[in-house]
Amino acid sequence: MTSASAPPVPAEPVPGRGSGRRSGGGRGPARDVAGLGVGRALGFVAPAMLLIGAFLIFPALWTIYIGVTNYRLTGVEAVSPSIVGLSNYTKALNDALFHNALWLTLLFVLGSAIIGQNVLGFTLAWVMRRTRPAVRRTVEAFVLLAWILPSTVVAYLWVAFYDRDGGTLNSLLGTPGTAWLIDYPMACLVVFNTWRGTAFSMMLYSSALQAVPPSQLESARMVGASGWQTLRDVVFPHIRGHVLTNTLLISLWTANDFSPFLLTKGGPNHESETVPVYIYNVALQGGELGYSSAISFLLLIANLLVSLVYLRLLRRRS
Amino acid sequence: MTTSFVLRRIGFYVLICAITLFFAVPMLWIASAPFDASPGLGVHWPDWTLENVRKTLDHPYAMHSMVNSLLICVTTAVAVTAFAALASYALSRVRIPGRDALLYGLLLLSSVVTGTAAMVPIFVMMFQLGLIDSRFGVALVMTGGLLPAAIFILKDFVDAVPKSYEESARVFGASTGQILRDVVLPVARPGLATIMVWAFVNSWGNFLVPFLLIRSIDKQPGAVLMQTLTDEGGSVNLQVLPVFSLLFSIPVVVLYLLVNSRYGFRFHGGIKS
Amino acid sequence: MRSLSRLTTAGVLGAAALALLTGCLGSSDSGSGDQDANRNADAKKVELTFGSNSVKGGKSSAGATFVEDVLIPKFVADQKGKGVDVTVKFQGDGSDDEVYKQKLSLDLSNKSGPDLFQIDGIWVGEFAQANYIKPLTDTVGDAAKVDDWDGWKQIPESVQALGSYNGQRYGVPGGTDGRVLYFNKKLFQQAGLPADWQPKSWADIISAGQALKKIAGVTPIQINAGTAMGEATTMQGVLPLLVGTGATVNSDGKWLGNNEQLRQVLDFYHQVYSTGLGDPVLQREAKGRDKSFAEFAANKIGILLESDYFWRSVVEPKEGVAKMADRDTAVGWAMIPARQPGAGVKGQDFVSMSGGGATVINPNTKFPQQAWEFLQFMNSAEMVKESLAGAAKITQRSDVNSEVLKSDPMLSFVAEKVLPITQYRPGRAEYPKISAALQQATADVVGGKSTDAAAAAYGKAVETAAGGKDKVNSN
Repeated sequence: MTSASAPPVPAEPVPGRGSGRRSGGGRGPARDVAGLGVGRALGFVAPAMLLIGAFLIFPALWTIYIGVTNYRLTGVEAVSPSIVGLSNYTKALNDALFHNALWLTLLFVLGSAIIGQNVLGFTLAWVMRRTRPAVRRTVEAFVLLAWILPSTVVAYLWVAFYDRDGGTLNSLLGTPGTAWLIDYPMACLVVFNTWRGTAFSMMLYSSALQAVPPSQLESARMVGASGWQTLRDVVFPHIRGHVLTNTLLISLWTANDFSPFLLTKGGPNHESETVPVYIYNVALQGGELGYSSAISFLLLIANLLVSLVYLRLLRRRS
Repeated sequence: MTTSFVLRRIGFYVLICAITLFFAVPMLWIASAPFDASPGLGVHWPDWTLENVRKTLDHPYAMHSMVNSLLICVTTAVAVTAFAALASYALSRVRIPGRDALLYGLLLLSSVVTGTAAMVPIFVMMFQLGLIDSRFGVALVMTGGLLPAAIFILKDFVDAVPKSYEESARVFGASTGQILRDVVLPVARPGLATIMVWAFVNSWGNFLVPFLLIRSIDKQPGAVLMQTLTDEGGSVNLQVLPVFSLLFSIPVVVLYLLVNSRYGFRFHGGIKS
Repeated sequence: MRSLSRLTTAGVLGAAALALLTGCLGSSDSGSGDQDANRNADAKKVELTFGSNSVKGGKSSAGATFVEDVLIPKFVADQKGKGVDVTVKFQGDGSDDEVYKQKLSLDLSNKSGPDLFQIDGIWVGEFAQANYIKPLTDTVGDAAKVDDWDGWKQIPESVQALGSYNGQRYGVPGGTDGRVLYFNKKLFQQAGLPADWQPKSWADIISAGQALKKIAGVTPIQINAGTAMGEATTMQGVLPLLVGTGATVNSDGKWLGNNEQLRQVLDFYHQVYSTGLGDPVLQREAKGRDKSFAEFAANKIGILLESDYFWRSVVEPKEGVAKMADRDTAVGWAMIPARQPGAGVKGQDFVSMSGGGATVINPNTKFPQQAWEFLQFMNSAEMVKESLAGAAKITQRSDVNSEVLKSDPMLSFVAEKVLPITQYRPGRAEYPKISAALQQATADVVGGKSTDAAAAAYGKAVETAAGGKDKVNSN
């Protein structure tokens, strides 16, 4: 695969059809090489934008609006909700359970995504670069199976795994009677989510590693560089962009992941109640849609901050 | 063969084994519970029987819900792939300032909409559109939710496809349509196939959207139906649930295997050197 | 270039704004006013939808099967005899009650939803406050038509409360239930306790538990606690104990606060769970209730507080979820005692709690008169009896009860002894939050907090939920 950092082809105006747009400097991806033209490009983007506008932007904006009311689905506030301005937001910022949820989400993302899935995914990709195809295919199959199975099925698998009485973990470790989901709920969730999502990182890294020039790896080996030094000096500079992209995606996905609910319902006693689970509990158990919408928006802001950090890092690389 | 080499080899295989077991062992339940006469929430050597399978097949809605799931998810996967492909190609090849900000913004919004808080707006909007109790409506909503991430991923993919092919084709006088059809599409196929599987997998397990929007139980997809496999008091029906879980997982696995064998399953990269 | 992005953005925003406007207009259309109750009264072609959180092959499968396969065809035939062509569609579901409630509310808030639907008795209040349901006399139009139905005479006043709010009838209640203390006679024999055990106070329960403690591998008492079991903690734990101290969760419009009786209940929890008479870990597990059933069936729990559902569907020898082949000889039942004789509500020696649901009519239905006819038909003695399909279950009608419960000693016991002394939960909008606070209080106690600390935290939570100190009973 040609490296993503290959020198750009100089921008010659190509004679022929279409109002081929010439981007300044001809740098990077934005060059209309197929002669698409603005009109058709717009047409290509339109169907997606229409769907996104209708089924994503509009509901999202409306949710934000509900966040400034005290709307409920039942009771008096269902008939006549009133605008309460920012009081939902001040309530959230003072809400101990919300702080708890934020902290737990941070732990969850840090443990299972930033560290767990990244490290395991990269390890798998690195270690299996040159294994026999049969071995690689088997391992990949299991890793991908973990990712593909529907979440409700996976929840049952792990409840069975962690079960106090007949669970596999207790049988393996010889610790009968340990209630893993009760005593160490966050640790259980971190392990679970690492298991669940490693496939994406693994695939992304294994494609990215193919972009590392073999010649450089060869030279490193010849000068006797250790594995760790090769990784640090040869590999990481090439895949830095991929590391950041991967980390951003899996962090966002993990931060908004609802599966912890399926394993612990946020329990015991709010000990594993990440923000999505908290939103669900507030909305469905309490019926307070206004408040839960406000919290959703706060979660969005948190996601935004994380993405901004990522963008800064990305821009710094170039 | 030095000792360190042998040790490294052993260490390597131990690591691979450990990781494989880590992924395989939790899946034991779905291999044993469906065929167990006294299934429990834990894993134990089953009391082999096919009775549970028979009970599941006799369930009035179980198998039909899989058909519903297929209808909804195939529609979603095809729509997401098609629209995302078009959009990502245009966004990749034609420069639009603010494009990056737009993409990130959409990615962030998609996380709000897939949560519980957005259920009222989505419901009311679908109600106004008359799309309640419609499987097509469900597919539409799910497509909208999945598109930003799909475009994001595919754009990265298309960015990495070298433009030299398209340029050469232009030099030889190919029309835009021909370029798209004969040059871009074949190269981008692995990425498209991957996105299709990804969209299918994500919509296959989606519970909240169909649950909110569909009213007739015979139109419900499997993900919703699995939640109803309880008894009168709400306790889980362990005779039907494991079998149904197994059956429910089969289509996604089959799809993945098919795509993997034809195209390879990759999120990134076009040409292999 | 720039215009492209501007164009796209403008287009998207424009579409969104347009949709927003239409959406807002639609949802704020609350001024539907009172419709004519006699609309479509003489229609010859009628369509009705019947909604319920039950589904064939899943939750409350028996109920769903009855409605779809027996009730609806018979109603259709009955109406045909009167020259009316009726189609009734069954709209089943099968999800968690809380989730179902929100889904139903979504429909109702948009003036759609089934023509008749079944809800839990405790939702009647909040649905009424949200104008999702109206008093039967308003929907049907003619007070006499509603009040003169002879079925009301067969439904006890307390049971009618299930479908009422502020003294007005909103629907017809479905069956009801009662709570008792179950005990394992085999374990009792081992512990030297009598087979016809009937405790007269909480102290009796504790001493029985202590006797059972001597048997290895047995949890003496299972009384639901914690938040994992949800409403099951409140109904099969806190409330039966609370009414045994003489207090109800809501009296004279005020909610239970941090008072003497609450602390007595929490003290009981503390005693059970800190002296090894109960299993605290079980109360925190996500599937703890299911597990407690399995453990009882495996003779690992001595005393369990549950409703007759446990007898009928859990340990039932043939189809039970945790069946016990020797249920009829091995499982005993006793009334729940007050804290001391005479300390219960209304000065009772024994207490219980009951629940149930009601079938209500959607005020926006196109066929209110026919819906009321369906409701009456559904609750006639014949239909109620048929809905049981031969099984013994406590219904809302006393005439049916005295007939069908003859063969089952436990259920007759409940119908005859427990129902007269039972209490129901208040169908008010704040109840779910109060219930959650009660569950949290028990979770705190089981988790090691002192009774006073848990009660204080509960008191604060209730003040917020109830909307002010003046709405709470504390001392």
